[in-house]
Amino acid sequence: MHDRGGWPTDAPIDRSEHELADWEVLMDSLVGALGQEGVMNVDELRRGIEGMPPNEYETAAYYERWLYSVEAILTEKGVLAPGELDARLET
Amino acid sequence: MYQRGQEVRVAARQHEGHHRTPAYLKGKQGTVTRVHASFLNPETHAYGKDGLPEQALYLVSFAQSDVWPEYHGDAADRLYVDVFEHWLGEAG
Repeated sequence: MHDRGGWPTDAPIDRSEHELADWEVLMDSLVGALGQEGVMNVDELRRGIEGMPPNEYETAAYYERWLYSVEAILTEKGVLAPGELDARLET
Repeated sequence: MYQRGQEVRVAARQHEGHHRTPAYLKGKQGTVTRVHASFLNPETHAYGKDGLPEQALYLVSFAQSDVWPEYHGDAADRLYVDVFEHWLGEAG
């Protein structure tokens, strides 16, 4: 999903604000820490988001896209094993 | 390097992979409005490389009516987008 901006649409723009959930604040902190520690950078974060399947991209919230990308990039770098997060969530 | 006020044109080329130049600006002419600074090149920095050499980043403004053929807003409206040096050429 690259270059999403500028596509034609008749849908109204959602300008509503919402309170951030705790996990969203943590997601932001995690990406900041990963950058400061030199583990992954914002350009990689963006590439990971662009690598999402279009239907997942369209339905994911802002920080859900960050989560998708962080998992994909850290798995690519070998920091996470494939499926490691899912396995941890099941225990 | 380009100067503030200079007319530039965004390269019309395709690029496979991550890049920060939106499709709707490719081939469009604009005006350099601000010279920001130089930054790591996201096209390589996004793939585990060092992103060097750094590329100058410019704030470029475009006439909305040039970017969107069916634009119905004010004729004076402009769109401001950051564009890296290696995506720009002299207009004309």
